[in-house]
Amino acid sequence: MVKYIGQRLIYIIIALFIIITATFFLMRLAPGNPFASERTVPPAIQESLNEKYGLDDPWYVQYGEYLVNTVQGDFGTSMKYRYRETNDMIAEGFPISMTLGLEAMFIAVGMGVLIGTIAALFHNKWPDYLMSLIAVIGISVPSFVMASILQYYLALKAGWFPIAGWEGFIYSILPAVALASTPMAFIAKLTRSSMLEETNSEYVKMAKAKGISKWVVVFKHALRNALLPVVTYLAPLTAGIITGSFVIEEIFAIPGMGKYFVTSITNRDYTVIMGTTVFYSIILLLAVLLVDILYSFIDPRIKLRGGKSGGK
Amino acid sequence: MKSFKALLLFLTLTLVLAACNFGGDDSGNGGGEEGSSSSEGSDGKTINLSIASDPPSFHPALATDTTSGAIMASVFEGLTRLDPEGNPEPAMAENIDVSEDKKTYTYTLRDAQWSNGDPVTADDFEYAWKWALDPENASDYAYQLYYIEGAEAYNSGEGSADDVAVTAVDEKTLEVQLVNPTPYFDELTAFYTYYPVNSKMAEENPDWHTDPNGENYIGNGPFNLESFTSSDEIVLQKNDDYWDSENVALQTVNIDMVESESTALKMYEGGDLDYLGSPFNSIDLNALDKFKDNGTLNVSDQAGTYMYVFNTQDEIMQNKNIREALTIAIDREGLINNVTKGEQEPATGLVPLTMEGFEEPEEYFEPGNMDDAKAALDAGLEELGMEDPSELSIALSYNTSEAHAAIAQFVQQGWKENLGIDVTLDNSEWQVYLEALDAGEHQVGRYGWLADFNDPVNFLEIFKTEEGNNNTGWTDEEYISLLDQASQETDEAARTELLQEAEGVFMEDFPIAPIYFYTNLSVHEDKVKNMTPDPLGNVQLKYVDIEE
Repeated sequence: MVKYIGQRLIYIIIALFIIITATFFLMRLAPGNPFASERTVPPAIQESLNEKYGLDDPWYVQYGEYLVNTVQGDFGTSMKYRYRETNDMIAEGFPISMTLGLEAMFIAVGMGVLIGTIAALFHNKWPDYLMSLIAVIGISVPSFVMASILQYYLALKAGWFPIAGWEGFIYSILPAVALASTPMAFIAKLTRSSMLEETNSEYVKMAKAKGISKWVVVFKHALRNALLPVVTYLAPLTAGIITGSFVIEEIFAIPGMGKYFVTSITNRDYTVIMGTTVFYSIILLLAVLLVDILYSFIDPRIKLRGGKSGGK
Repeated sequence: MKSFKALLLFLTLTLVLAACNFGGDDSGNGGGEEGSSSSEGSDGKTINLSIASDPPSFHPALATDTTSGAIMASVFEGLTRLDPEGNPEPAMAENIDVSEDKKTYTYTLRDAQWSNGDPVTADDFEYAWKWALDPENASDYAYQLYYIEGAEAYNSGEGSADDVAVTAVDEKTLEVQLVNPTPYFDELTAFYTYYPVNSKMAEENPDWHTDPNGENYIGNGPFNLESFTSSDEIVLQKNDDYWDSENVALQTVNIDMVESESTALKMYEGGDLDYLGSPFNSIDLNALDKFKDNGTLNVSDQAGTYMYVFNTQDEIMQNKNIREALTIAIDREGLINNVTKGEQEPATGLVPLTMEGFEEPEEYFEPGNMDDAKAALDAGLEELGMEDPSELSIALSYNTSEAHAAIAQFVQQGWKENLGIDVTLDNSEWQVYLEALDAGEHQVGRYGWLADFNDPVNFLEIFKTEEGNNNTGWTDEEYISLLDQASQETDEAARTELLQEAEGVFMEDFPIAPIYFYTNLSVHEDKVKNMTPDPLGNVQLKYVDIEE
């Protein structure tokens, strides 16, 4: 297993290198300039800015510097917010985004599995139809619409929650629910169909025949196997929550990191683009690795091996 | 074994959740402060505002936007300060002495101090202005100081700091030599590029402005910057050592960062915010009708012009008659009533109505008169050797935004229906759009100019040279000479006349299609007093009061 993880880490580094390179060149090929301003500045100032940020060097020098800085984990000063270090932006924004993301994932997985299981257990009865209805609504209503609806009715009209901001747990409930609604519905669907499959399988029938109680069968045997597709979905879910968080953070005025990821691109804020992209890539690649490791916990049939020669 | 794995999983989860952060220490402090300020709230008046994002700069000389400007005007103070109507009054300067030829200004400073107790001296001004002009420091707005002798040369890398004619004669006397008589110089000294910086502190800590929470972030204005949490909030506290602090009513100003206008609107409706409008968050356009109906919407003229600039170097757009036809054929009333909805004034000239001598719109053409437009179009087509307007195809460019798109579509439809011209719309991101305009890649492009100071020169000067912000490629000898004469003229009335004449020369050639003059739109809670934006869109928090 250690060997396996080591190998995967090497792949991650290669993937990162490719991502950094692609981002660098795409960023430079895109038209626009971080220092373009509505009020035209004298050439002397433009030059001094370019010099300060090393934009007057040939591309290979800049590329080399980027690689070195990235390895050192120093992404430099933002070109738009010139008093801010990219690293500080990430360090301050990410914990908040992560809290929101984890909360949303917790809701999505918890509620999704619960809804899916109930639906499967009451297959073709009213709870099934009700749960399916919830799932369809969850999938078809985009998170930003959900966010606005929740914000309008539950916060502004009912006054149960604060409208926007980030000052405590209560501030995080609406955004997390909005962010979780679509993946939750998706997980519910996944769980329902794989639960149905499992409950009809031989080993469940066998267990039932042996007289084991229904709930033990469901939770100890069927659900465990039914969760495999859900675990597979966790990695893309992480990506979805990270990208989805931008809109949610904007609507709820949450000082997270999603905003920087998007606005840095429209601002052509090169240093922040590099910083956020690399950081998010690392998170995503690690999330995928983590999911693969999780497999072995849930399904003993899956063994993690270090390459071809890996022993049994 | 299984239970071990389950335990491990549980432990990891706990660890991860424990690492969760709801703003952590910062919000803890923030909450505490709010608590304490509301407990002392009986005598401390608090106002809650919001801005869209972090201010791009906390250094007065590096600020370039209204957001930073609003904060700067609260934390710092220049030689003069604009009163609620937008007229300059002495601030750090106790006395302003102007020479006979109106080119030498001598300021006597009042006894004021920085928030760390240092006195505000003439050196602080000299230091700050020269710092802004130093090309090394890359201040975008350094050109605001070009009225000072030697400033432009130093900023463009040709002169030296010693040749900039600003001198601290003694601790309390500042002498400034101007290139030309500048009747609006008192207004300029109220602008943030002209604010002083504590020179003693800044020389020791050149990076003082990068940490607004640090002890070196020192101001001389009516408020102190208490705390800044990125993307979250800025808190200002009244500065008790401010020379005029008895006339400052507010104790605490909370400024939340709220990017979405519709969220800000909900927060205002829910009572979390006390004010919406320039220079803080703008009002969501969808709510304008509602605020109009309940009578709370404040509308005032703003010194800004929304226009389409023609690229006169373009094959088709070099034709004056075509430009004239397009300019006339825009239905400005319809646009304002149905699309922009902000009670803007239809524009027929370049200079906004807030400026002296330009209060009445000059009708250089009759907007919406389709007969005039068609006549001009026919003449233009003939000159271009075309027979039918359908042979013309025009690209209208704008930077990506819902509001600009709606306006462009309205204009496109009008040109198509009334003139029979095919118009394609072309939008790009802001940073890309700016470059394209600069490179002259547009035929017709959206442009907006909001005044830095309330004087016609601020608008007329844009088109004086081909470089800089002039995206039309249009230049004119007579225009240049009129502006030059105006800059030498010391008699106000004669100067205004010259400027009016210059606008006439400009509009005769139609290098731009003026569309509307901006308005300031704002709403505030009943308890908020003295809070309406001046013509430049500024609100001076110094004068704002809360009456419960």
